[in-house]
Amino acid sequence: MNYTVAALTVRGLLGRRRGLLLLAVPVLLLLLSVLIRASVGPDHDTAVNVLGKLALGTMVPLLGLIAGTGVIATEIDDGSIIYLLAKPLPRYRIVLTKLLVAIGASVVFAAVPTFLAGEILYGNIEHIALAYGVGALVAGIAYSALFLLFGVLTRHAVVVGLLYSLLWESVVGNFVPGARTLSVQQWGLAVTRKVADAGALTSDVHLPVAIPLLIVVVVGATVFASVKLAGLTLAGEE
Amino acid sequence: MATITIDKASRWFGNVVAVNDVSMTIGPGVTGLLGPNGAGKSTLIHMMSGFLAPSSGAVTLDGEPVWRNQQSYRKIGLVPEREAMYDFLTGMQFVLANAELHGLPDPGAAARRALAVVEMEYAQDRKVGTYSKGMKQRVKMASALVHDPSVLLLDEPFNGMDPRQRMHLMELLRGFAADGRTVLFSSHILEEVEQLARHIEVIVAGRHAASGDFRKIRRLMTDRPHRYLVRSSDDRRLAAALIADPSTAGIEVDHAEGALRVQAVDFYRFTALLPRVARDAGVRLRTVAPADESLESVFSYLVSS
Repeated sequence: MNYTVAALTVRGLLGRRRGLLLLAVPVLLLLLSVLIRASVGPDHDTAVNVLGKLALGTMVPLLGLIAGTGVIATEIDDGSIIYLLAKPLPRYRIVLTKLLVAIGASVVFAAVPTFLAGEILYGNIEHIALAYGVGALVAGIAYSALFLLFGVLTRHAVVVGLLYSLLWESVVGNFVPGARTLSVQQWGLAVTRKVADAGALTSDVHLPVAIPLLIVVVVGATVFASVKLAGLTLAGEE
Repeated sequence: MATITIDKASRWFGNVVAVNDVSMTIGPGVTGLLGPNGAGKSTLIHMMSGFLAPSSGAVTLDGEPVWRNQQSYRKIGLVPEREAMYDFLTGMQFVLANAELHGLPDPGAAARRALAVVEMEYAQDRKVGTYSKGMKQRVKMASALVHDPSVLLLDEPFNGMDPRQRMHLMELLRGFAADGRTVLFSSHILEEVEQLARHIEVIVAGRHAASGDFRKIRRLMTDRPHRYLVRSSDDRRLAAALIADPSTAGIEVDHAEGALRVQAVDFYRFTALLPRVARDAGVRLRTVAPADESLESVFSYLVSS
């Protein structure tokens, strides 16, 4: 952790219009939850649908994408990262600090709102709200690490991130069951099922598979991002 | 005292060779890196500052490679060409953040000192985003020298500066050099480099075209044949008087243009001679224009010689 890197990253992430965007998504989810609860009442299937598809399936990857790329890709893009890199700072500390900021953002803007949405929709019956909150937290960590890595690897991090979450997780994952094994969303769901009361929820990937994969992705992406950042080449102006 | 050594360094991007087998040593004092746009100056500076690996050869600072060596930034202060900074910070916060990132024992004092050196205290509480180009340049400079580096690398520092800011920056850099620091800056303007740098390295099309004292470079650049277009009240009479002097190699009377095309071999002598000869011959000069003064032609002459 480096306090200065963290402060710069937080201000960069929440400043400009990105802060509003980060806030708008969870606010929408909560408003929708209030509306659904008011019109449908507490219903298990509706709650699971909204929390699974909307919160964990859409909002968490979207916020992970905004936060994960927002903590580093914008600085690499405009070149201001040079002021962080031209310092005798170990690169892994820069990456780790930025990852923690991204995770923090996904907790505040995704995991907590998911839990609150669960409470609004269904109360915490069968621990469903808590389960989805924890699932969102775990998935948020993995998305943050993954999209931060994309930000270091490519100038088109947002596009690559969108392709991954839209094409791979949603489309391919829908038609090819095997693809779900390699899906952050499914790992999140596996954790969610475990936290909720037994039998309350189902998931395609089992926890003994999901947990090691989550750890591999988070640690691997962070290490790889640190190595790539140490050899970051600035595009010439010429 | 710090010395940057570039040893047979080349850098290519795909099929494009940006820097081609360049060797040079940059020691204390001000060194100017001169070359036309796209010559590979930025590529060289990126290699010296550890933001680009040489494709072959080596770039070292006091014997240590710069690439993938974060410790070298204790000695290096870098002023990048790009404008992007943390625009949401004030000048003070920006320099302070740089001091903190260096892990200095008293970052506040270091930041205040650096801002004082570049005379930016008056605007230190304004956001960087509101600064003019010259002010940004100075704050970038403050951030680069906040840790008192022995090497200062500046990529096109005078771009977009007004003459007063330019003078101020030149004074600053001269001061750093006088302290025994190694200062290297790039520019595509000969006059700029000449005013500041004792030692000049010329890069043209990725190659090391010339190296040496500014007088030597100036001579190399001015000794080449110069062409002028001259219009006067009596072209033929002026031509006859000019050709008598050894500084003139040839004269053509261009009827279509209604002018003389003069080829001079000795730049200084010719420029002193022309007005005198015209006055003595009673000829009025209407136009004296260099016909091939573009920087590219100067540089291409340097490379071919």
